[in-house]
Amino acid sequence: MIEILLYTVLTLCLLGAVAAMVLYLVARKFYVYEDPRIDQVENLLPLANCGGCGYPGCRGLADALVKNDDITSLYCPVGGTDTMNRVAAFLGKSAPEKEPQIAEVRCGGSCGKRPRISIYDGAYSCAVEHSLYSGETGCNYGCLGKGDCVVVCNFDAIAVNPETGIPEVDPAKCTACGACVRACPRAIMELRKKGVKDRRVWVNCINRDKGAVSRKLCTVSCIACGKCVKTCPFEAITLQDNLAYIDPYKCRLCRKCVPECPTSAISEINFPPKKETPAGGGKGEGNAAVRVKDPTSPSATSVSDGIPAGSVGESDGNRPPQQA
Amino acid sequence: MSRTFKIGGVHPHENKLSRGAAIEIFPLPEMVTVPLSQHIGAPAVPAVVKGDKVKTGQLIASAAGFVSANIHSPVSGTVISVDQVPDAGNIRRPAVTIKVDGDQWEEGIDTSADFRKAETGLDPAEITRRIAEGGIVGMGGATFPTQVKLSVPPTKKAQFLLINGVECEPYLTADHRLMLEKGEELLEGVKLLARALGVEKSFIGIEKNKPDAIEHLMKLTVGDPQIAVIPLKVKYPQGGEKQLIEAVTKRQVPPGGLPLDVGVVVQNVGTAVAVYQAVVKRKPLIERVVTVTGKGIERPSNLLVRVGTPVTSLIAHCGGLPASAGKVIGGGPMMGRAISNLESPVTKGTSGILVMNDNESARKPSQACIKCAKCVEVCPMNLEPYMLYKLGIRNMFPEMEEYYATDCIECGSCSFTCPASLPLLDYIRLGKGEVMKMIRARKN
Repeated sequence: MIEILLYTVLTLCLLGAVAAMVLYLVARKFYVYEDPRIDQVENLLPLANCGGCGYPGCRGLADALVKNDDITSLYCPVGGTDTMNRVAAFLGKSAPEKEPQIAEVRCGGSCGKRPRISIYDGAYSCAVEHSLYSGETGCNYGCLGKGDCVVVCNFDAIAVNPETGIPEVDPAKCTACGACVRACPRAIMELRKKGVKDRRVWVNCINRDKGAVSRKLCTVSCIACGKCVKTCPFEAITLQDNLAYIDPYKCRLCRKCVPECPTSAISEINFPPKKETPAGGGKGEGNAAVRVKDPTSPSATSVSDGIPAGSVGESDGNRPPQQA
Repeated sequence: MSRTFKIGGVHPHENKLSRGAAIEIFPLPEMVTVPLSQHIGAPAVPAVVKGDKVKTGQLIASAAGFVSANIHSPVSGTVISVDQVPDAGNIRRPAVTIKVDGDQWEEGIDTSADFRKAETGLDPAEITRRIAEGGIVGMGGATFPTQVKLSVPPTKKAQFLLINGVECEPYLTADHRLMLEKGEELLEGVKLLARALGVEKSFIGIEKNKPDAIEHLMKLTVGDPQIAVIPLKVKYPQGGEKQLIEAVTKRQVPPGGLPLDVGVVVQNVGTAVAVYQAVVKRKPLIERVVTVTGKGIERPSNLLVRVGTPVTSLIAHCGGLPASAGKVIGGGPMMGRAISNLESPVTKGTSGILVMNDNESARKPSQACIKCAKCVEVCPMNLEPYMLYKLGIRNMFPEMEEYYATDCIECGSCSFTCPASLPLLDYIRLGKGEVMKMIRARKN
């Protein structure tokens, strides 16, 4: 009896030793040298594996960071400049410089401003709805509100506001990884410069229809009147395909365009409440006076509360409609 | 045991309410909107400008490229605009809007209703040329330009011409009425198509739920060795090109292949009648039979409508939109698309306008997939719809390609049969589009 046990144990030991030998030899024969710095760099990265850098996961970026001599074109949007500086210091290379960005929702067509004209009962997905028709409102460009961007956000930074039906980005959580930009079938999301003190001015619309058409469907659409272009002292605004666009890198945040816009399609955020200046006679000033809403607007007063972007254009119901 | 296709298929309620309604000529509307893209392929290039006077049958937009089709004015009147106009899905697309002032036809078009045989010895190339000139497209719904189907590449050879009189979609009766009322024109069109293709034998496939049409066409083709009428067992989607080929000839089109790969060309009965009109009477495709139907519709009808007529006027003609209406669908209930803009026009591909009641049209809330495989069982293309759906939800488009998403014919049998009411087709269609984009990107 004891013999059987002994032989069994011995045989198994021998088998183990042989297998270990084979494994050792194979490991030596097929050894692949990998730069140990890749592991270390990977650990410096946020390890969110979001793909925002364009590489498959953080390891992909770490690999590229170690192997490329010039890493100025590589950037981890999630970690931001801090992380990139640390990585660059570790590798002894010069760090890429990029200003912090944030995802901006470029549609202000909330329920009251862009009435629904049909009811969609298909699969709950913006991509599917977009592939079928214009969406519940007649606007061919505006937000569908089914939250494809919410689903893809790895950082829980986007939520669809049930009152407006439009997603809002939480500036505290958004890492500008760009997942929502890629997921939105209508390209409504845009990564924009975060701006000084998070202050931003942007055209809150991407409708490229002619003004008469888009205005009929949505009261806060850009009608391409070009007033903002003329007003801008820094040539930051361009008009193309019936749509104004504010270049965040040229914009100096003077906000002269905001009161000019006849449809309130230009939004601003995180600015301190505007002082009510006595009207200087200009038409633009008159418009500014109408926008008394700003001091009461939640986003204007509660900069530190992390009120999401995109809610600025909401409280201008008292605006006379015949400004155009 | 009569013929049908082997794999999959379902049998939805037929609901052919307008079966007995003879084709009525719909009065001219006050205004027509003629989209420049009523076919698969490149949108036509407008040949008129604002303010032009046009006559009925005059070319207003010409084909842009090989896969494209001419578009003619369906009325006489004045061009009001050449601009972007919302289509059935409210998407703005280029269209010509014409204010109607009458029905004065372009010269050279025979507008009489009487039947005439085609002149003998007509050259096949001349037939194809006249078809292309007339802007004829497949009228079963896919609207593929007919002259492209007739241009057989030299490496392939057409053996049979198959005429699709199946009309397997519930509710629709436009093709049925056409076969009953325009039998002679239809057969003349079939002969012309056969001559253009150089084929000896043509088959007309008709489902057995249209016994009167089968009998009528059989009577007309007695003693004709060229044309045979084939009665088929009722099963959806037999009107699908590949299903019909299998049902009639027992040949299977390979995945990703075309009917020509098995020596067959398929044309709809509506197309055959349009070909007769274009070749014999030189009448371009400016009108079609549209079934206006639905349980809430007072008078379900088959109307001969000019292209460009607004959908709402058709519904008004048949008793108006009922209060219970939940959805208006362009086409049949299985493959049609909801129309969100009732002012949108009838196009060359509008086979029907179906008004569904609230309770009929609402989708049931979907539940989890339990992998019962009913969708696999009914898929006529032998695909795995549940799998494609799951891949589609996860945006896994390269994997969808491996699961042959491009072979889906979008018949909707899977969504129809799913006990969990999952929106299977929605995601498969989405994925199919993405896969097509991927394939195109690879080619370039």
